[in-house]
Formats: sequence, structure tokens, C-alpha cells
Amino acid sequence: MQSKDITWVIGGPQGSGVESAANIFARACAMTGLQIFGKREFYSNIKGEHSYFAVRVSDKNIRSNVKGITLLVAFDAETLFRHVDDVCDDGAIICDSDLISIKVDEVPTLDTLFKSRLIEHLSSKNKELSVRGLLEICKERDITIHLVSFKNILAALAEELQNPSIRNMFRMLNVLAVSISLGFLGLSSKPLLDSVEAIFHTKPKIAELNKQAANYGYNFATVKFPKFKYSISDIQKKSNTFLVQGYQAAGLGKMACGCRFQSYYPITPASDESVFLESNEVFDVKNNRPGSTLVVQTEDEISAIGMAIGSALTGTRSATSTSGPGFSLMAEAMGWAGINEVPIVVTLYQRSGPSTGLPTRHGQDDLMFAIHAGHGDFPKIVYASGDVEETFYDAAKCFNFAEHFQLPVIHILDKFLASTITTCKRFDPDLITIDRGKLLEKIEEDGYKRFSLTEDGISPRSKLGLENGIFWNTGDESDEFGHISEDPINRVQMMDKRASKLELALNTITKEDQAISFGIAEFCVLSWGSTKGPILDAIDMLKKEGLNVGFIQLKLLHPFPTDRIKSLLKDTKIIIDVEANQAAQLGSLLNEHLDKKVDYYILKYTGRPMTSTEIYESLKKILQTKAEKIQVLTYGA
Amino acid sequence: MEPKLADYKTDVHNDWCPGCGDFGIVNAIQMALTEMKIPRHMSAIFSGIGCSGKTSHFVNVFGVHTLHGRVLPFAQGAKLANPNLTIIAAGGDGDGLGIGAGHFVAAGRRNVDMTYIIFNNAVYGLTKGQASPTLRLGQKTKSLPNPNVNEAVNPIGLAIASGFTFVGRGYAYDVRQLKDLIIAAVKHKGLAFLDVLQPCPTYNDINTRDWFAGLDNVDEITQKPKPRIYKLEETGYDPIVHYGSESEVNEKLTQGLIKSNEWDIKIPTGIFYQNELVAPYEERIADRVPNYLENSPATQPISSDGKSITEISKILDSFEV
Ligand SMILES: Cc1ncc(C[n+]2csc(CCOP(=O)(O)OP(=O)(O)O)c2C)c(N)n1
Ligand code: SF4
Ligand SMILES: [Mg+2]
Repeated sequence: MQSKDITWVIGGPQGSGVESAANIFARACAMTGLQIFGKREFYSNIKGEHSYFAVRVSDKNIRSNVKGITLLVAFDAETLFRHVDDVCDDGAIICDSDLISIKVDEVPTLDTLFKSRLIEHLSSKNKELSVRGLLEICKERDITIHLVSFKNILAALAEELQNPSIRNMFRMLNVLAVSISLGFLGLSSKPLLDSVEAIFHTKPKIAELNKQAANYGYNFATVKFPKFKYSISDIQKKSNTFLVQGYQAAGLGKMACGCRFQSYYPITPASDESVFLESNEVFDVKNNRPGSTLVVQTEDEISAIGMAIGSALTGTRSATSTSGPGFSLMAEAMGWAGINEVPIVVTLYQRSGPSTGLPTRHGQDDLMFAIHAGHGDFPKIVYASGDVEETFYDAAKCFNFAEHFQLPVIHILDKFLASTITTCKRFDPDLITIDRGKLLEKIEEDGYKRFSLTEDGISPRSKLGLENGIFWNTGDESDEFGHISEDPINRVQMMDKRASKLELALNTITKEDQAISFGIAEFCVLSWGSTKGPILDAIDMLKKEGLNVGFIQLKLLHPFPTDRIKSLLKDTKIIIDVEANQAAQLGSLLNEHLDKKVDYYILKYTGRPMTSTEIYESLKKILQTKAEKIQVLTYGA
Repeated sequence: MEPKLADYKTDVHNDWCPGCGDFGIVNAIQMALTEMKIPRHMSAIFSGIGCSGKTSHFVNVFGVHTLHGRVLPFAQGAKLANPNLTIIAAGGDGDGLGIGAGHFVAAGRRNVDMTYIIFNNAVYGLTKGQASPTLRLGQKTKSLPNPNVNEAVNPIGLAIASGFTFVGRGYAYDVRQLKDLIIAAVKHKGLAFLDVLQPCPTYNDINTRDWFAGLDNVDEITQKPKPRIYKLEETGYDPIVHYGSESEVNEKLTQGLIKSNEWDIKIPTGIFYQNELVAPYEERIADRVPNYLENSPATQPISSDGKSITEISKILDSFEV
């Protein structure tokens, strides 16, 4: 039997409900036991610009998006203009029949660069510069096209339900698009209705209306459309399956591990996490009264990190979340946390820089910045998660690192990971351990020294409010009490004490937590962060062809786990660096720390995440020794 | 045991210039803490960067010497995580009204229950006397190459406009009055601001002790100097919002603003404005999170035997398909 693996894309103007349509679709499929991997792309805009969701559905384990669209749904012309070329030759398009005569020039949100490429494309095939012209090309490529009058469907639905107001409920188009799609793809109707119910469960009236619409759309497709070559059907659902996004995983991890203070200043793609935390600010605590997370929206990111540090000094697990521009503002305070040995976690959701860059698009360009953020020499930990599930557990680990080693930890994530919606195993808070390091709950005698010089470089940590635990902090160099000292001997002792924590971290953090090996081979990919899923899927594709490529996922990026990586790479001949930035930032770390040098680079900085197809193709070229040293990927609208 | 003034002093060497107004302020802080009998471990002084920033090292309570301009964020974070603490933030005029002005305004809007003291010497002391945001237009203090080209900010007016619910002014050489003002500010329920006129004998040769005493302005008849500084409470001034009607609040805000504009010949000290009818930030949170005050972030247990005790299974359920 052919494996079922489709990519469904829905697009539309920002603010028109594309996201909720995608959620209904993804949830319905996930409810039947199918695997989901979805990504969202949108402009830095609130209403009107083009946004789309690409949801991949499979009966196999999937961890990435692939090239190509199996089924494209559009009720605006722009979605067609931008995505039709990506529809596979045997794929299908469902679109509004009213769009046919819309001309390229009539869509104001098509930017001039894209428009000129589109016009060139249509002209080269002698086609009319319109949707009609574009669809003619599709027909020549054997793509199935179903024109549907959404207006008429709404009218018919209004008639059937004897509710004239439905005629103008254009938001319902989303549910119709999803249900028509699922009817066409052959999924049973129950999960669709269950999904609609689940998504609108707080608004029973709206849920009911949407269910009626879903039913209508579903039947419409099964009656009107001939069977589609690609179909999906229910499989055995595993229990404890999650459908969750990356920012939610990070937030849940923070809640579970006892983070009780989060400050933030709004920025894409980081603020979703803070809003999520605030929406769930009160929760149960075992054998205790309810707990709560205090989420404070600050006046800027300097204040956000300042507050997190102030809070951490009280012994509270504290964090702030931000993205590149905000993190730039936090650099000075990073050093303060470093010199004062304050455990804070900064969750850094990278996006494309520099400056405002591509503010809503993906990128992994802040690795070097994270490692070097702040002036002067001070220890910090930079830790990267590779996928949504990992993010939950890593969030908790980051707080352990912060408290155990008493230093700032940057949990480095990115836009792709944050907005990915995927099925995975239910998170298990019992797998989380909480290590508060040398945090003191009681001090009996006088003479406490916050920065006492100890064997392992870590001093017992008091907190504001602890009797006999009075200490001083300062951004100046200080003595063991925390008072300013410019003594040269003390300076060296204190600098060395703090720096020694990096060595200690390398000796304490487990090998598995430093870097994960997914198999070692003569050709070996090294990467970090959200490229993990696409790489693993690409390697699987190669494996089916009998080609073997190894993969090491680096999680601890600073201090650099040189020994761990060296020992993993013992039998590797060719090193391939894969990452979503221009400068190959991990690559430069590898070249700095390892004896072997990187042989090949696969990079992407279009602002769009890598597909496994692209990585597969690039790796294959490398295996065939037909590759350039640097391959730059560009797929994706 | 009754706390003694000596208990609140550290033996850290104080390196302020002789005659610096900062000495008076740190004494007043220590006296206020002693008089209020605040347990040392329940109090923290946060400070900015500047000569004034060193204050936290001289007081024997928790002392957090932060970054230039950032004292308010650090202090608010601590207070919100542990509302049981008594927190005093202290810093220079450059610190609070220059580089930190954004935080000043935002803090006013929050009204967190703590005290903020600005050491107002009209210069950047620690960087050798450049003009601070409170130096008047056209004035040329000792180390300025040219007269100041900026207008001065009005700290009292800015605090009132930003939403501080206690706004007062002290004078560094009137330690007794200043101590009383600090006590009133700490006891105030909400964010209290104190603008402390602090002569800097090293760099500010205009707003000197003699100038504040009016030595340059002798009464023609009595031949006595006419002191510039006077106390608002001695004029029958009532800064307090008693009922909170719109008209009363407007009246009190306005009289505070008008008073804040007095300078040159007569400079008021004391409380300009006080309104305890505005809910502090902590109360606003407690309205949403009922046990926030007694189960604050800092006091919540989070683990038992290294395992999480947070129970998020209900939330996790909502992600199951
Ligand atoms: C980000 C930053 N910029 C500049 C400085 C240098 N600096 C140290 S103290 C100071 C000004 C101090 O003036 P003020 O805040 O009025 O305090 P004072 O010394 O007068 O008490 C400056 C600009 C710094 N420490 N940090
Ligand atoms: S420079 Fe001015 S403010 Fe600084 S210590 Fe000397 S007198 Fe005081
Ligand atoms: Mg100053």
C-alpha cells in the first residue's frame, strides 16, 4: 500500500481566519491518528497581506515540511498567484470560481518583485496575466482544478438552515474550505465535526453553526468531486497524542519546572509564549494552594531583563522571552547577571535579522550573538532545542543549569520552531527534575558571603528576604561579600571563579544533553535547533535509497562541547554543516573547536524554514561529490 | 532587641568627596530604617550607577547596585516577586531622568509599593560633572565648556504626570526632615518618589549649600540671607487626596504641578502630592490572582525531592487529540 503523505496549503489575507482553518484541519487529521507537521508563514502586517499555512499529514512519522503541495485551497487570487507553481503535477486545487478573471494587476498586495516574476512566467507561456492564465498552465500540468462558488454555497447553506444571515458570514469560508478539503481527501466526517467542536467549545452557538457548515461542505465535496488520487484515512490513534506548537511547549515547560516570573516586551515571535503563560497564570500545585506565574509586560526589553534579574534575586525561578532586536537591548544586563551569578533564563526566539530584518520570518542568525552577548568575559550557557517536544523538557533543563551553575542561560529557539504545529507524545512533567543548586533556605550564623570562594567555584546562594543571608550585588568587580573591589588579586580570583563554571558545566551536563547522535557515518551532518526535523526526514529519504548519512544535533552551544563532538566524529570523514543563516555560525564554531574542518555547508536565509526535500537533494549532491562547498537553499513562498 | 542606627551601617569605606550631599541622604536612609525597625533581611536598597549608586554598599541591608539607569526595573522585579520586602531604589538624576527616564514614567503607571529616591545634583558626578537633565538652561557649572543648551526636566512634575502616588522633595542637608520624608514615603501604599536636592561641591558650583541657604540673596532690611528652601507643610499646604473625586484629584495634581515650578528664589520641600486611593500594582494583580500576596512567586514551593509539584495535567489535557 502506498504511504499516505499529503501537504495541504490554505492561504488568504492576514486576519481572515487562515490560522483557525488550519487548526481545524490539523486537529481533525490528528484525531484520526495521522501525524501532522504544519508551518505558518505571514507578513509583518495585521490585516490584508498574504498569509498561509502548510499542513503536512502522513500515516508515518514526519518531522518537516516537504517541497510541493498536494492540495491547495484558495478563496483569494493572491493565494493562487503565489502558490500554484508549487502544486504537484498530480495534485489538486480547490478555488473560488469568482477568482477566474482576476488580473495580476488587480491584486494590490502582490509586491512589485514578485509581480514582475509572475508576469514574466505567464508571458513566457503566452498566457493571459490573470488567474485564468495561471490555471491554464495547471491544466497543462494535469493538475485537478475544482472551481467552487463559495458565495453560492453560503447561500445554499443559509437556505437549508433557514438563516439568511449566513449569506454574509464570510468567516465561515474557512470551515467550508476545510470540510470540502477533507471530504475530497476522503477522511471520515466525524473527526472533522469533533475538531470543530473542540476548537469552538467555548462558544456553543458558533460551534453549532460551524458544524452545520462543516457537514454541508463535507457532503458537497463527496457528492460533487470525483475521487482524488491522494487520500487520507483514519489509522489507529495512539493514546496520549498531542497537537501542540513550539511556543506552547516552551511555556508549558516553564510552568512545569517552577518558573514563577516572566517579564517581556511584545515582539514576534516571542510574545506568544508570554501571552500563553499569562492566559494560564493560575494552576494547581500538588498538596498545596494554587500557584501562579506573574507575567509582567514591561516598557522595553531592558526593563524586561532587569525585572527578571530582580525577581531571580528573591529566589524565584525567573525568565524573559524575546527575539533579536529585544535581545540586543538586553546585552548589558546579561553581563550584570553574569558577574553577579544570577540564575535567569532568556528564551531567545530567533527571527531573520539584522535589525528588523524579516520580522515574522524564520532564521537562526543569532547564535554568535547569543554566545557573545554582553561585554567582558563572563560565563553563560547557550542551549538549543531541536523540536517541539524537546523544547518542553529543555525549558526545564535550562532553569536547572541556571540555578546549578548560577549564571544566565539563553534557551535559543526560533520562529520556525515556535510556530510549528505538530503531533507528538504527550509531555510528561514527571520526567522533569528540579535542581535548585546551592540555593539556601536557611542560614544559621553571621558572616555570610554571597561570593565565597569555594572548591567548585559555586557559592551557596542566599536570596533577598533570607535571614542572616544579607549580600550585596554590584556590576563592579566585587569581593566575597559583594562589595566593590578593584584589588588585582581579588579580581583574578573572582574572574577565575566565575570562568571555572564553564568547565564545570562541561563536566556536569550529560553527554546526551550536550549533543545527540542520530547515527554516525562517513558523511555526517552537524546542526543545531529546528533544522533537526528536516534533517532527520532527509536522512530517512536517503536511507530508502541505501544511502547512509550520520547526524549530530548540538544542543549545548556554549560552552562548546568539544570533547563530546570530537569523540562522536572519530570515524567521520566528511562534515556537513546545516543551518538557517548566511554566515554558517555553527560552522565557524566547529572550525574553531574541532581538528576536522567543515567540508560542506547547506545554508538557507530566505526567512523560510528548510524543507526535508531540499536537504535531501543537497545531501545527495554531496554524496555524489557533485556539490559546491556551499549550497544555499531558496525554496518556499 | 531594639535595632540601633549602627546596625544599618556597613563598614565599607565611603569614598564620596568631603562635603558631598550624598552623606546626608545615606544617613537619612539609615535613620529611617532604624526608626521603622525594619528587619535588615526584609529590606533591600537598589541603586543605579553614579556617585549616588554606591549608596547600597553603605547600608547594612540587602544591597543591589544595578546598571546605569536601570534601578527601577531591577527593584520592581524584586518587589513583585516578593511583595513582603521593603524596597528603596536610589540613584542619580542622570540615572533616573536621563538614561532611565522611560523606566521612570513606566514605573509611575504601575504604582508598585516601594520608594524611589533621586539624588538631584544637576550634574553627572561620577563622570566628572557633565550637565544632568535637571541642570537649568544656560547654566554653566564648573566643568562645562559651554553653558547648558537644554531645558531642565521637572522631576516633581514628571512624577506627578507619570502617576506616582506620593511625590515629595527633601534637601540633603536637612537630614531630619529627609528622614521623616523617607519614612512617610516607605509607609505610603504605592510608588513614592523623593527628589532630594543634593549639593555636589565638586562639580556644581551653582546650586551650592550657600546658594540653597540664600547667602547671595540678602534681605535689604534685616541684612539676613533669605533661604531659598522652605517647607510646604509650614505654609498650610495639603498634598493629600482625601476622597478621590475627580475634581479633588485634579485640584491636588494641579497644585502639585504649580508648586513644582517654584525655583530660583523659593524652593519648596515636603510632600507635593499623595494619593493612596489608587490601587498599587500588587493589589491589581491580587484582584486576578487571589493568593498572590501570601503565595508570591518567591514564596511558592515548586519542587519536592527534585520533582515538580506543579500540576498542569488539566492544561496538558487540552492539547490531547
Ligand atoms: C550605559 C552606561 N553609560 C554610561 C555610563 C557612565 N556613567 C557612569 S555614572 C554616569 C552618570 C552619573 O550621573 P548621575 O546619574 O546623575 O549620578 P551622580 O554621579 O551624579 O550621583 C554615567 C553616564 C555607564 N556606567 N553606563
Ligand atoms: S562628585 Fe559630587 S556627587 Fe560625586 S561624590 Fe563628589 S561631591 Fe558627591
Ligand atoms: Mg547626578
